[in-house]
Amino acid sequence: MASLRHEIRIAASADVVWGVVGRPESIPDWFPGVTSCNVQDNVRVITTRAGVEMPEEILTNDPLLRRFAYRITAPLYKFHLGVIDVIEIGADDSLCVYSTTAEPDVLALLIAGGTKDALDEIKRLAEQRAGG
Amino acid sequence: MGRRILFITTDQQRYDTLGVNGGFLSRTPVLDALAAEGIRYERCQPTSVVCMPSRASMLTGQFPTTHGAWMNGVPLAVDAPSVAENLHDVGYATALIGKAHFEPFMDPYGRYAENSLASLGVPTVEQDWFDGRRGVHRGFDYLEFATHGVMGPLHYAKWMNDNHPEALGGFYPVLDAQLNVNAAGGGDTGAPQVKFNDVPRGWYHTDWVAERTISWLERQASDQDWFCWMSFPDPHHPWDPPKSELGRVPWREVPLPANYPQSAREREALIDAKSRHWRAWYDGTLVSNYEAPAKWVPATMTADQVREVNALNAVEVELIDEAIGRVLRAVEARGWGDDVDVIFTTDHGEFQGDFGLLFKGPYHVDALMRLPLIWRPARSTKPAPSVVTAPVSLVSLAATFLEVAGQPAPAWVEGASLPVNDEDARTRSFESTVTEWDSALFGVDVHVRSVVTAGHLYTEYQPGTMHDGSEGELYDLGDDPLQRVNLFEDPSYAGVRGTLHERLLAHEDRPGERAVLGTVMAPV
Repeated sequence: MASLRHEIRIAASADVVWGVVGRPESIPDWFPGVTSCNVQDNVRVITTRAGVEMPEEILTNDPLLRRFAYRITAPLYKFHLGVIDVIEIGADDSLCVYSTTAEPDVLALLIAGGTKDALDEIKRLAEQRAGG
Repeated sequence: MGRRILFITTDQQRYDTLGVNGGFLSRTPVLDALAAEGIRYERCQPTSVVCMPSRASMLTGQFPTTHGAWMNGVPLAVDAPSVAENLHDVGYATALIGKAHFEPFMDPYGRYAENSLASLGVPTVEQDWFDGRRGVHRGFDYLEFATHGVMGPLHYAKWMNDNHPEALGGFYPVLDAQLNVNAAGGGDTGAPQVKFNDVPRGWYHTDWVAERTISWLERQASDQDWFCWMSFPDPHHPWDPPKSELGRVPWREVPLPANYPQSAREREALIDAKSRHWRAWYDGTLVSNYEAPAKWVPATMTADQVREVNALNAVEVELIDEAIGRVLRAVEARGWGDDVDVIFTTDHGEFQGDFGLLFKGPYHVDALMRLPLIWRPARSTKPAPSVVTAPVSLVSLAATFLEVAGQPAPAWVEGASLPVNDEDARTRSFESTVTEWDSALFGVDVHVRSVVTAGHLYTEYQPGTMHDGSEGELYDLGDDPLQRVNLFEDPSYAGVRGTLHERLLAHEDRPGERAVLGTVMAPV
């Protein structure tokens, strides 16, 4: 089991950042390499540019806590837990934390690599919305 | 018309695998002849002993701590400097055929261009990142990729899957079910990463790289200047060359390496004289490099396994030599024979049994750090054959290519062009080279800096999981060419140690702009 974490400081309110990441169907907008997704109830299936389909179970989508948690349920994963936390620091200042825990370990690294770029995109979108 | 450049690399090839460097397992007449006609370097070092940082240094002319791709799995920034871009800008046709590895192979989101090109169906494309100036990607206007097997999205794998699916099962499965580097054994001895491969020789990636290179060369106009990087994935593990070729080097007749004492006690004594992470890997309690199978314990390796690995490695080296010969004949047939500079090297070495180890990692000794390097300047320049004994580095390649093309080295290049003989080396102060290692994976971080001079190899371990910053290794290359006696704590070498420590400090403080160090996106 391996656990990795990336975080990014964003010049936008926590509500604006949550507005980017809080809708499960919005993931193709901010996760580089995710080209489409299908959401039904608490099941989301994403498709990547490499043609990989990954089914996910949404565990938490809490706008008050601003926490989104999910797990990838593809057979290759013995375990996966992904958590996005948006933490208010100031009026236009937030911290977005994307944590990945998975087994096999290599999968944690591969997913977390994607989440690093996703945070950059979340920041770009949120600051664009805050500025606009 | 300028001088054309054929840049040939292999992957993970030791200095002593070439006949001209004293090797006796492989027959390498083509490379030996290039060396006899040109310049052979006796002490060429990589900037890193793993693929991605080392290859990025070839392209950028920078050390890993400058270009930012500091360990495997860290992509080289797309806007990083590229010698191919400079050559492209002055009218050279630029190609890279074979293994690139500036970007991670493991890429489930398909974010990296190297992994996308083949699936787009054409080797030359224009995508969002094509700005009309940098060539298709990183300054290359033609790219066809291969790596060590038939899995994944690269061109060779796609070609094999499309054309020869019946042969896919002959290749060693590089990864296991947990996506770790496979520890499964094969061959006659059960050695890790070994498999008898029924693939016909003509379908194996060595010949594929050569054939695709010839095809690209045949499409160039007679008066076109070109820079072609032909990059063979072998003799990197897995060791699964075509079974039809194994008779070239019967493994039972292969002598054990000079640095593989048959006695386990003697091997372990040698390792125990080094920094403690050597023994930890040998015993299987520490894995600091993803590419060494995590479930394989080096202490279990038998002498016969060493023999078989070295035999298969030698077969792969011979196939590469013959493939290079075919490409050189194609060059001659086009009438370019006098106008092509040929430079041959590799990205790093391989233990091949030294000290009872296989593969590679943060272990800076000649097995991993002393590389074959041959430069056969264009015959039209009437090159004087020479042997350079001064230490040189792969960081000098980019400036060398530009010099061959008659172009000045840009400010971002950290290595001066290669010396053509020892007098040139003395005049231009080629006195030492530095090799870096940084890794941080699954809670284990290791940071190593080594400097090599004509007489010594000196290593400092910076603070990390296994080191507190006080450990190191020092070898006298004259008295101890196999690096068995660690003189780091020897008081009589305190002066040497102090001088070499200063050189490492100067390396850390070197001037120039450095990229932000990249993030680990994948294990490899």
